[in-house]
Amino acid sequence: MNTTVAVPEPRSALRKLAWVLPVALLLLIAPFVVDPFQTLTLTYGLIAAIGALGFNLLLGYTGLLSFGHSAFFGAGAYTAAFMFKYLKVASMELFLAGSVLVSAIISILFGYVCVRYTRIFFGILTLALSQVLWSLAFKFFWVTGGSDGLRVPTPSLLGVPPSKDTMDFIAFRYYYYVLGAFVICTLLMWVVVHSPFGKALQAIRDNEIRAEFIGIRIRRYRLIAFVISGIFTGVAGALWAPLNGLASPDILIWTFSGEIVFMTVLGGFRTFVGPIIGAIAFTYLKTYAVGFTVYWQLLLGTVLVVLVLALPTGIMGAVERIAAKLKKAR
Amino acid sequence: MSLLATQALAKSFGDNRAVDRVDFSVRQGEVLALIGSNGAGKTTLVNLVSGLLPPDSGQIIFEDQDVTRQSSYQRIRAGIARSFQIVNLFDHLSCADNVALSIFSRHGKTLKLTTLASRDREVWDEAHGVLHRFGLERAATMLAGAISHGERKLLDVAVAYALKPKLLFLDEPTSGVSTREKAPIMDIVTSIVRAGGITVVIIEHDMDIVFRYSERIVVMHQGVILADGTPDQIRNNDAVTTTLIGTHPGGEPAIGSANNAGR
Amino acid sequence: MAVFVIHILNALLYSSVLFLIAGGLSLIYGVMRILNLAHGNLYALGAFVTAWAISLALASGAPIAVLIVLLPAGALAAALAGAVIERTLLRPFYKRPEEYQLLMTFGLLMILEDLIRLAFGPNPLSATTVYAAFGSISIGGDRYPAYNLVIIAVGVVAAIFLWAFIYRTRFGVLLRATSQDKRMASALGVNVNRIYIQAFTLGCFMAGLGGAIVVPSQSAVLGMGVDALVLAFIVVVIGGLGSLEGALAGALIVGVVRELGITLFPEIELAVLYLIAAFVLLVRPAGLFGRA
Repeated sequence: MNTTVAVPEPRSALRKLAWVLPVALLLLIAPFVVDPFQTLTLTYGLIAAIGALGFNLLLGYTGLLSFGHSAFFGAGAYTAAFMFKYLKVASMELFLAGSVLVSAIISILFGYVCVRYTRIFFGILTLALSQVLWSLAFKFFWVTGGSDGLRVPTPSLLGVPPSKDTMDFIAFRYYYYVLGAFVICTLLMWVVVHSPFGKALQAIRDNEIRAEFIGIRIRRYRLIAFVISGIFTGVAGALWAPLNGLASPDILIWTFSGEIVFMTVLGGFRTFVGPIIGAIAFTYLKTYAVGFTVYWQLLLGTVLVVLVLALPTGIMGAVERIAAKLKKAR
Repeated sequence: MSLLATQALAKSFGDNRAVDRVDFSVRQGEVLALIGSNGAGKTTLVNLVSGLLPPDSGQIIFEDQDVTRQSSYQRIRAGIARSFQIVNLFDHLSCADNVALSIFSRHGKTLKLTTLASRDREVWDEAHGVLHRFGLERAATMLAGAISHGERKLLDVAVAYALKPKLLFLDEPTSGVSTREKAPIMDIVTSIVRAGGITVVIIEHDMDIVFRYSERIVVMHQGVILADGTPDQIRNNDAVTTTLIGTHPGGEPAIGSANNAGR
Repeated sequence: MAVFVIHILNALLYSSVLFLIAGGLSLIYGVMRILNLAHGNLYALGAFVTAWAISLALASGAPIAVLIVLLPAGALAAALAGAVIERTLLRPFYKRPEEYQLLMTFGLLMILEDLIRLAFGPNPLSATTVYAAFGSISIGGDRYPAYNLVIIAVGVVAAIFLWAFIYRTRFGVLLRATSQDKRMASALGVNVNRIYIQAFTLGCFMAGLGGAIVVPSQSAVLGMGVDALVLAFIVVVIGGLGSLEGALAGALIVGVVRELGITLFPEIELAVLYLIAAFVLLVRPAGLFGRA
């Protein structure tokens, strides 16, 4: 049977590549053209992008809004901190392996409970469970450092110990390490989302009943999505911790989960790259807001309200609409 | 040979006995129409058999297996499929995606997350084949939410058909479709299922469709089976014609009868 | 024995405040199907406005009686804020999916957090004068602050008043009708928009009242709203979202568990609460009194 039907992958893939290339180039040369502070912000942005990619597997592709992703981010960060404090480990690869394991366990546990529900109840449950972790981090201060948190050192990357010049290390080696991790994570997520499993998730998102009636076990698929999502966000947390130097309960509190939601919606949760763009944009937005005024929450809160009121499909949604208008005008 | 049989199947909603201890059976290979006025219990019966609702009592036997306790996805795996009266599609996915999902599921491939879906030529070839047979190939890349109502009704059936079921329930496949489009839809549907040897149960209100396309008619009324026979037998069944079809005994179905109004 | 009574009173005290906050949250959800993430900040607003009003009055030498009369100021401020918020920010979202509403209320949370800081400064505000003015009573030889009894009394009165309001007045009937079937109520001539704004205002009033009456016994501090919301969540999860009886039952349970927790297992007292909530959601998802 001849399949000449334009499943539009080849053509649009080429179009997408057209603007991925300059961006990739920029990312590659960034540390050499901007000052270290910019590179640092960009590093935080890429880390947030990994977390947002994970988060959006649940929101954009499975239709589940989680308000508890801080649990996984925090799990990743605290795993790195614990590994340093109790196992005397300071290798980034081991931090990552540990955080993958820990966030997998936590997301299996939490996911098992949460995926029985959808919508508001799912959100409430994820929030409540993430708060359990927050309260544990707070209360068991002799283990977790309490509100002071735990120190996370700069680790060795691929076996090479950090250089004496910390700023240089962060602005170059750590940046490229994170960039590499970001590329790998993006590719992995891209495959997952475009796999038969990814299509099944979207089916569940669009029509739960019909998905069940073509033979898909909804809960199992949601759970798998939940775990993948949790692991990605956990990896982000592990990458974040050495940069921040500290793992503290601030990254476990539910309002931090809200920020993850914010950045995903900002970029546009209906597209693959939306969360990436949103995460980087949000990181810059927050960095400058915090530096600009003590009332940065007012600023960001207003942005979110305006966003949801006027531009619910986010930056990517606006881009796509403009592109469609331009195409029509031709 | 009975492919499906229910024994004393019952379901009530409060005081309303929607399905009242019904013994319903479907024979292998037949095209059966399930008719009755609103509230007769047809859709509830299909919902019970397909697993959307749990029965209050009674049993459902499919291929000599008791499936009463099984969930809907288990019954899908066993070979029962259905379309929906109110179209149930994956609106943000393309028509090809909608059909392909059934095929992926049938092959057990929906848990594969390390390969690209687009690479599976076998599945996509079959999906396009199905779309072609349903006359929907021009809509292959269009989103299911963006096509016409008639096309959506066809796609709804196609998604169920792509599961290659043994028993297919079609819940009002032509409802909401203009009279002109009804026959073509039914022609496509019946030729496809006949060619595939699929046993079909169609819920329909349009009597012309019922008499033209079915081999056997089961009439339900207020939760029980009122009559069961060939189209001729039903047409000549006084009880049926007076309660449902609104004709004098032995006559042709009247246009604009109580049953056809509002459909 | 006296110790036991004191524990009970402490639990009731905590439950009172929780009931006001969670009851408001549940009322709003029950009628409007909106989960207001910024609800805790209305509680905070109530606390700050009351504390500020009282300290103003104190500074201008007003007598104690005036200070006490000023207590509900926070509740009224929260109600006013609620009316404004509903009209401007919530109304555009009624026809949208509930996820967008949730996001909008999260943005509102951030806005309110900083508006409070902008208006009242970064430092805690207190109203200890009022607290002290009530003195203390003797319970089996131990001194116990009498103001705590005021809090409990307010909680009880609020519960009774609400019950009467919802089940014995015409407005309550309209409220219940709208919450059960908005379209049907509208078809029957109920002005749903007006019911919504009234329900939301009432819910915010309750949260503000919670903050207002609690502030003499603990200061108004930034971040109290965010903390309060999670506790309110636990209450409605246990009691059932959308049910006033559920908010009452949940508040009592949380109050008791917390009091037990603080005495017996202080490290994990919070975690225990969250776990109870998760357990209830597992076993009885609608909560004790909720409808699914």
